[in-house]
Amino acid sequence: MADSTVAVSMAVPIAGRRSPAAAYAARFEAASAGGGLRLAEIPFLTQVNLRVDPKSPAAERIGTAIGVPLPVEPGTVAGGGDLEALWLGPDEWVLLAPDGAAPGLVARLTEAAGGEHVSVVDVSAQRTTLVVAGDRARDVLAHGCTLDLHPRVFGPGRCAQTTLARAGVVLVAGEDGFRLLVRSSFAGYVAEWLLDASVEYAGPAAGA
Amino acid sequence: MLLIPCPWCGPRDEAEFHYGGQAHVAYPENPAALSDEEWARYLFFRDNPKGLFAERWSHTAGCRRWFNAVRDTATNEIHAVYRVGEPRPVTA
Amino acid sequence: MSERSEPMSGAQPYRREGATGKTLRFRFDGRDYEGLEGDTLASALLANGVRAVASSIKLGRPRGVYAAGCEEPNALVQIEEPFPEPMLTATTVELCDGLVATGLPGQGRLADRPDPARYDAVHAHCDVLVVGAGPAGIAAASVAARAGARVILADERPEPGGSLLGTTETLDGGPGRDWAAREVAALAALPDVRVLRRTTVVGHYDDNYVIAVERRTNHLGAAAPADVARERVWRIRARRVVLATGGHERFVAFAGNDLPGVMLAGAARTYANHYRVLPGSRAVVFTTNDSAYAAALDLADAGVEIAAIADVRQAPGEAWAARCAGRGIELLTGHVVTAARGEGEVSSVEVSRREGGEAREIAADLLLVSGGWTPVVHLFSQAGGTLRYDEELGAFTPGETRQAVEAAGFARGVGGTGARTLRACLEDGAEAGRRALAAAGFAVPAGIALPSAGEEPAAAPAEHLWLVESDDYDAHFVDLQRDVTVAEVLRATGAGLTSVEHVKRYTTAGTAHDQGKTSGLLTSGVVAHALGVDVSELGTTTFRAPYTPVSFAALAGRDRGHLHDPVRVTAMHEWHVARGALFENVGQWKRPWYYPRAGEDMESAVLRECRAAREDVAAMDASTLGKIDVVGPDAAVLLDRLYTNMMSTLKVGSIRYGVMCRPDGMVFDDGTVIRLADDRFLVTTTTGNAAAVLDWMEEWLQTEWPDLRVHCTSVTEQWATVALVGPRSREVLARLAPGLAVDNDSFPFMTWRDAEVAGIEARVCRISFSGELAYEINVSSWFGLALWEAVMASGEVTPYGTETMHVLRAEKGFPIVGQDTDGTVTPQDLGMEWIVSKKKADFVGKRSFARADTSRPDRKHLVGLLPEDPGVLLPEGAHLVETSALPEPPVPTLGFVTSSYRSAALGRTFALALVSGGRERIGERLYAPVGADLVPVTVTSHVLYDPEGARRDG
Repeated sequence: MADSTVAVSMAVPIAGRRSPAAAYAARFEAASAGGGLRLAEIPFLTQVNLRVDPKSPAAERIGTAIGVPLPVEPGTVAGGGDLEALWLGPDEWVLLAPDGAAPGLVARLTEAAGGEHVSVVDVSAQRTTLVVAGDRARDVLAHGCTLDLHPRVFGPGRCAQTTLARAGVVLVAGEDGFRLLVRSSFAGYVAEWLLDASVEYAGPAAGA
Repeated sequence: MLLIPCPWCGPRDEAEFHYGGQAHVAYPENPAALSDEEWARYLFFRDNPKGLFAERWSHTAGCRRWFNAVRDTATNEIHAVYRVGEPRPVTA
Repeated sequence: MSERSEPMSGAQPYRREGATGKTLRFRFDGRDYEGLEGDTLASALLANGVRAVASSIKLGRPRGVYAAGCEEPNALVQIEEPFPEPMLTATTVELCDGLVATGLPGQGRLADRPDPARYDAVHAHCDVLVVGAGPAGIAAASVAARAGARVILADERPEPGGSLLGTTETLDGGPGRDWAAREVAALAALPDVRVLRRTTVVGHYDDNYVIAVERRTNHLGAAAPADVARERVWRIRARRVVLATGGHERFVAFAGNDLPGVMLAGAARTYANHYRVLPGSRAVVFTTNDSAYAAALDLADAGVEIAAIADVRQAPGEAWAARCAGRGIELLTGHVVTAARGEGEVSSVEVSRREGGEAREIAADLLLVSGGWTPVVHLFSQAGGTLRYDEELGAFTPGETRQAVEAAGFARGVGGTGARTLRACLEDGAEAGRRALAAAGFAVPAGIALPSAGEEPAAAPAEHLWLVESDDYDAHFVDLQRDVTVAEVLRATGAGLTSVEHVKRYTTAGTAHDQGKTSGLLTSGVVAHALGVDVSELGTTTFRAPYTPVSFAALAGRDRGHLHDPVRVTAMHEWHVARGALFENVGQWKRPWYYPRAGEDMESAVLRECRAAREDVAAMDASTLGKIDVVGPDAAVLLDRLYTNMMSTLKVGSIRYGVMCRPDGMVFDDGTVIRLADDRFLVTTTTGNAAAVLDWMEEWLQTEWPDLRVHCTSVTEQWATVALVGPRSREVLARLAPGLAVDNDSFPFMTWRDAEVAGIEARVCRISFSGELAYEINVSSWFGLALWEAVMASGEVTPYGTETMHVLRAEKGFPIVGQDTDGTVTPQDLGMEWIVSKKKADFVGKRSFARADTSRPDRKHLVGLLPEDPGVLLPEGAHLVETSALPEPPVPTLGFVTSSYRSAALGRTFALALVSGGRERIGERLYAPVGADLVPVTVTSHVLYDPEGARRDG
């Protein structure tokens, strides 16, 4: 019988796994051929939703346990490499880690919570990660994103929950472009939208 | 398209928010103790001023936090935003 | 384009010497012409001597080109090639090779084929948005951009310069338009400056949200690249806006002022100077101000004979009068034009002294009119700014505003004597740029280098004349496009109307495509004249977006076709598509509706799928159900408060069905609650309400019960779900999950187990939405397709879609929230008294069940209906009446059908309905009016199949 101190998601075999935007790989590649833009899916990343009072001892223990203090400034990212913490709300973060890290991460977080009121939910399959990078990345996103993406305003280290076209996304700014965390059921819509918005920047191949 | 200053995320387009009606209408402590009329007032009656109005908004497409705003219903100017539980600030 | 004939000989007879540019061929009203690159359709038509371009909407009078920009009231055309577009003004259509157009009598025709072009939108942000790239706008943008601000400069024309394009004025010793081109090119090269040409700012909304439309490839005609959006909507959020929108010239109401050949003086000047086209050969000029003198002199220089200038004033500007005298142009001061005459176009102009007396007829094919200039205050007014009447200008100018916007240059009325002065506009623009910088927090540069302008003659005051008085006002036009005359305005005021807003509605003046750009103030002036009041007291009509017409295609952008709305799909979607499923839209989800086999129609496919689920084993993709992880020490308390029934007593490992109501007691959502741990639940919601239920929980937690220690997280797409249904489902599950004890004692109804299913970690729930033995198998959505394929691999499980699901649940009387409920239905109305807890002190909705209204005996109850003819399928939405013949309207209705299906299990049709006092009517006969028939039906319990629940354990 499960209880809240045990990881909700279970270790899973790899065979038969399919990512939400898998069908778009070839079209993403074609749209990226021009050089000014790169579209891709990064499948199967670990994503763990964390809710905890940022002022609680549990929040501090969690920061220590994962080696990344939870960012408290709205719309910012802490950490990097194998573990990033994205601010989603005043008591909510999503932690990003490589494929397969979810069970271990959930266990570490739950242990660090030490019985305090904390929500740790594996949401790795809830959203997939799309990359929109290259010189024209901002131009493409500006077709559907109402945020000011100027590097002075939304540069590396910033993230935002917002909408792209008609889909909710978590937008993460990097050095070479952006990552979009997209709900799995919306992945096809967002992929189609990105491909369509890329036509002017990627050459006719993207519309194939 | 209003630009609504979310107390957490900063100014965002109105389309990212849901409107929540009049602020400071608390769920009654003990609904069973209310008369039908008192309960109906809670359910169905809200102010509709021309001018400053304290109202609830939720940043649904962003941080998903509820907050309150004092908006001038005649001009759409938002004079203040404040977090749930905070008293309505004094506005001009 | 295949039947193009040879161009007429002597092509472009009205083209000035020295015009350069590629020759373009076009066809208008069935005749072939040539124009030049850089022409508008209007300038090309004028170059070819085409005077009558369109006909008027009500009176069918011929109409010619009146203006040289978007203010054009007359020259409406329909474009046929390269792509049909209705109702464009010839003055804004850039000529392209192969253009085919026709003149319109007021109304156009939509294309009868899909538009193949792309359209899109861009969100943009800036410190300073400058609207208009005339002298004031360029000066403002230069100041702001050079100080490092992010600047957008938008202008509706193909090239910058604004009013400079129409004049021969010089700046820094060269043509003004060259200065404009240089300045704007330098601005465009700055990293944080965006120059938008061919871009009309059409709307100015709250918080400086500004909408502009850029025409990107229209001017390229058939050569437009297919991968470039044809039009682009710019959604600009600006910290500060400078409106350097200039002015529109207005005309005067006199007899025959609509004849082709009558033209605004400034427009004629633009045609002569910018387009190198002479709009006529011999002109009379009629003016109220100095600006028309410059036009007259420029046209005279270009080769138009100026027969006379009739100036309503006794004292025009002395310098202008002297210049006219120097050219031998006759100046008639204190004169008005009393009529323009001619058959189909102007051939003579009648002038007389203003106070009356003998009229004089002057032969002319062109009548240039200037009734003064009106600042373009549309955007300022849209933005919420007030307007005030400027006596000197004879027009409304920007007043107060609460937004971070200001007007500059002539848009602010700078100049003040009826027309703009160049130097004043440059200085005013630069000042506006400085103020914008300061307001946006930038350091303001001390000195501003402005170009040196040539000397301008001292101006004399304008005189504001709205109409030339007459005994007969039937041909004194006020609104040319709407064919509104002074006579009609007088009818309106004669009927007692005293507000311009009312006169506008009564006469339709100002309601055409041009929204009264040249005629709005004139209408106010004529009304004021009729009422004997001052225009300043009367005011203007309201300015509303859009400033110019916008195509629906541009507004739609890329939100059309498959991108019109998000299409949400499950992990198994590809399988459903490959197997030929038809899909039903449920919210934004595409759900398999049914899976027809070869030769099957919907009815036979659904009956087959239903039989498989009731008699054998079938499976449905149930991944779309909303799923919310609810965790925390107070999780059970929250659920007890939100559901009508008790959730805190649910045992870990068990599942309970629940209903949520709004505080008014009406059903909001339903679903199952799975208890994963003492402090953790998984809540499922209806497909369409997943986001709403999560928001509902957050709203209560954040705004009413912040003390509750609960967190809610959406996991809808974390999990893919397969519903495995039917008497043989246990056997199939046992094979797929050999490690799971599936017998009824080990795995009873409404419990869940973690297990490996088809080698995939899964959570299996014994839930039934059909009444049959059934399981819901949940796996990570990454494995949804693998699980589905494993379930289908043996070939013995029938896939079924939402239609079969609906039939199965309706046979059991299970309501669908949103189909069998509509926000006015309580759980008790649904026959679900049992789900409303009597023990809990309170829950959301409870108090409302004690209201008199929720216990009325005539409330609509959910009941079953059996048509007496078992083959008749009632339409959903059909009303129900008591009598076999309809009484006279209003017909009292007892309720309506909410769900209606053919049942394989019942061997007949049946329906669910909400019927007033329905439970007391069981056994009664009612009638459903369907078309001309009254279909007799019998009211039954809403549970029509297996009321004992004998089938759920297999």
